[in-house]
Amino acid sequence: MNTPIAMPTPTGSAKKPQNVQKEDAMWLQKELINRNYSELANARANNRKVSATFVPGNLNELLMCFDFARSLPETNALQNGLRKKSGKMIMDAERDGQSEDVCTYVKADLGMMLGGEVGPNGEVLPKPDILLLSYTGCFTFMKWFELIRHKYGCETVMLHVPYQGEGHVAPNMRDYVVRQLKETVIPTLERVSGVKFDIDRLRQYMRESVKAEEDLVAVLQSAKNRPSPIDGYFGAVYYIGPIFTAFRGTPEATEFYRVLRGEIEERLRLGLGPITPEGEMGEEKYRLIVEGPPNWTSFREFWKMFYDEGAVVVSSTYAKVGGLYDFGFRHDPDHPLESLAEYCLGCYTNLNLPSRVDMICKYIDEYQADGLLINSIKSCNSFSAGQLLMMREVEKRTGKPAAFIETDLVDPRYFSAANVKNRLESYFQMVKAKRGAGVAAGPGQGGHAATVIPIGVAH
Amino acid sequence: MDNTPRVLQIVQRCEALFDDLHFNAVKDWKAAAPGRMAIGYMPVYVPRELIHAAGMLPVGILGGGDSLEVIQGDAYYQSYICRIPRSTIELGLTGRLDCLDGMLFPSICDVIRNLSGMWKMLFKDKYVRYLDVPQNFQDEVGGRFYMEEMQILREDLAKLAGREITDADLNASIAAYNDNRAAIRDLYAYRAAKPWLAPTSEVYLLLRAGMVLPVEEHTLLVREYLAAAELLQRPKRDNARIVLTGSFCEQPPLALIKSIEMSGCYIVDDDFMLVTRWLLDEVPADGDPLRELSKAFLHRSASTAAKYEATREEKGVFLMGQVKTRGAEGVIFAAPSFCDPALLERPMLQDVLSKHGIPHTAFKYAENTGQMAPIREQAGTFADSIKLWNAA
Repeated sequence: MNTPIAMPTPTGSAKKPQNVQKEDAMWLQKELINRNYSELANARANNRKVSATFVPGNLNELLMCFDFARSLPETNALQNGLRKKSGKMIMDAERDGQSEDVCTYVKADLGMMLGGEVGPNGEVLPKPDILLLSYTGCFTFMKWFELIRHKYGCETVMLHVPYQGEGHVAPNMRDYVVRQLKETVIPTLERVSGVKFDIDRLRQYMRESVKAEEDLVAVLQSAKNRPSPIDGYFGAVYYIGPIFTAFRGTPEATEFYRVLRGEIEERLRLGLGPITPEGEMGEEKYRLIVEGPPNWTSFREFWKMFYDEGAVVVSSTYAKVGGLYDFGFRHDPDHPLESLAEYCLGCYTNLNLPSRVDMICKYIDEYQADGLLINSIKSCNSFSAGQLLMMREVEKRTGKPAAFIETDLVDPRYFSAANVKNRLESYFQMVKAKRGAGVAAGPGQGGHAATVIPIGVAH
Repeated sequence: MDNTPRVLQIVQRCEALFDDLHFNAVKDWKAAAPGRMAIGYMPVYVPRELIHAAGMLPVGILGGGDSLEVIQGDAYYQSYICRIPRSTIELGLTGRLDCLDGMLFPSICDVIRNLSGMWKMLFKDKYVRYLDVPQNFQDEVGGRFYMEEMQILREDLAKLAGREITDADLNASIAAYNDNRAAIRDLYAYRAAKPWLAPTSEVYLLLRAGMVLPVEEHTLLVREYLAAAELLQRPKRDNARIVLTGSFCEQPPLALIKSIEMSGCYIVDDDFMLVTRWLLDEVPADGDPLRELSKAFLHRSASTAAKYEATREEKGVFLMGQVKTRGAEGVIFAAPSFCDPALLERPMLQDVLSKHGIPHTAFKYAENTGQMAPIREQAGTFADSIKLWNAA
């Protein structure tokens, strides 16, 4: 469904290619992600058990209490997408019986397994000992791990996270998640790992999590400034990498976010905009909110369509799928299990549609955005179903223009660069024209034309 | 005097209910007494006993079928999303569901889940609730959560009804649905025993009637059909006996079911409208009603793609049970296009069937699929191959 990005090098070390520019923290992030792949590849040799889990509802602190090496299949799929390997994997999975209609993260993962489980870093990844099925905000997660279990015999343990259908977390929802942790999840992890659960160890990891969460929020909210020193979508996928994956709760993540925050604050002090793969971005012409995950197979090309036009994404919903921290949630070492439950319940795709609309409208206001762009993902019904209504509602409430494009996560067959580029250019022109026309037609006055012109996917 | 055999009269009545996308049966029921209310629900399962106990009519909403022209609904969905939410939105926006005082969206997939939020945004004056059902099957964990969810629904419905829903009310409703479940079980057993006397195109319409009729009336109708079916002589054919699976949410057109039967298959089990037989046996009607409904859900309910199976060994057991108990010779996977649950489940079930040597075939449909020739051809070839294998 979602997830953060890092392009591991085949050697496992983050060398700096001459043609790509990144902040120092981005290189550090890359090293962290590479190191995790290395740990996974060497887990058996080091007598470590291996867990797999999903980014939304990722209980990293808890898994660390049992010394698991930690794999995140969504991350593996997107890494393979970035490296242009996912297309073949998806077709292999389809030849093996998967429907062309279903999630391409699942098929990329299954295809990778069919291909000998060679991970994005070129090393063979071990079969997980336990699949922690954090059933948070995405129905497909359940089928995904059932499929892996069916094919490879891995044990699963379910953590059912109720959906915020009524737009809030009711006490019985939180209690249900805590009871599952106590009665099912922790005993299973103890049994599989052979490590006894120590709640003080969990508390210690959570103390680290809070520090990283504070710094991450400061980084993401720096985009409220003009110019924004970051890109809150394309850049943010680097920033969320460690905290959404195998590092939340580690001192390394704390250090990463401390360094990152320092860098961003320095950029802010100097009045600089975001750094792009081609260097400093020029004048900030458009400030956008983006809803939906990015496309990974043409990630750089997709990003370039924005920075070439001077468009900065000042905030995105995707950067909240692995934890929604900017409205105040922090892991709480004094109430560790309750806090894990609230973390899972609060992930972005576990919010109902009215709450998602509220959040986007708030972002448009607080980040002084020019409008909303929805990147609708074929693979991801959790994100995509209902987005056209969300778009209309946001336009109605804010008076800001919105646009809609369609791509996919990791299936290159569903990224039509020319269509996406044309659509974006038209959108930017419309934002400009709307600015020129002034804000005579204010929010809710219906004085604007909806820009609902979905782009057909490429076949 | 109408000389139409009684069984066909019953089927005609059911078909008229099926064709009526203005839900006049619901309107008539509401108009028969002041203050009556109706609550819609979507697949796969809701505890209809709670609605019934509030004195309300539960109404199954299964999309618009192949006769509804979807105009507005398509503007709400991308091309890669299944059809049932768009036709359901169409039903809502065209006022056809105005007779409903509320809608329940049970946990089945991300599309229906998100539709609950859309409904909240589009129909602000209606009661709307997403109904989460547990994926943990321990009484004190998932069971407790489920009882709490049912209690919230009970209180909400009581507020709407303007009166308390007592345990006695709930137990009476459980008894009424027990009768209905027993009748449906008998209907399914009868069809499996004599599929030429109870074709699935008729059984399907009978089930659909249960989506809009009061449960007591529907139970009588099923019983009457069973008695009447026995009286009409119909030829027994040398058809292949198959289980149809994957059609638990968006419904195939009636013509598709007929096409499968015409191609040489007897459908001897299926997963249409699982709400009618989700709970597999009688629920005690003299205990704590929510606890009993919860225990039945956790420990004695059907299996479908939307329900987690805790171990690999459980996968396919329910389907194999259908195959064995109904004496089926093969399985047809008929799933709606873009249906994540059914399509992701399918390879696992196919694998289980293959390991047991059960032939299977698969195709996709949409509720408005119009071309039946390819379906007939595929199902016919499948039926022929079963007969050839069996003869070999």
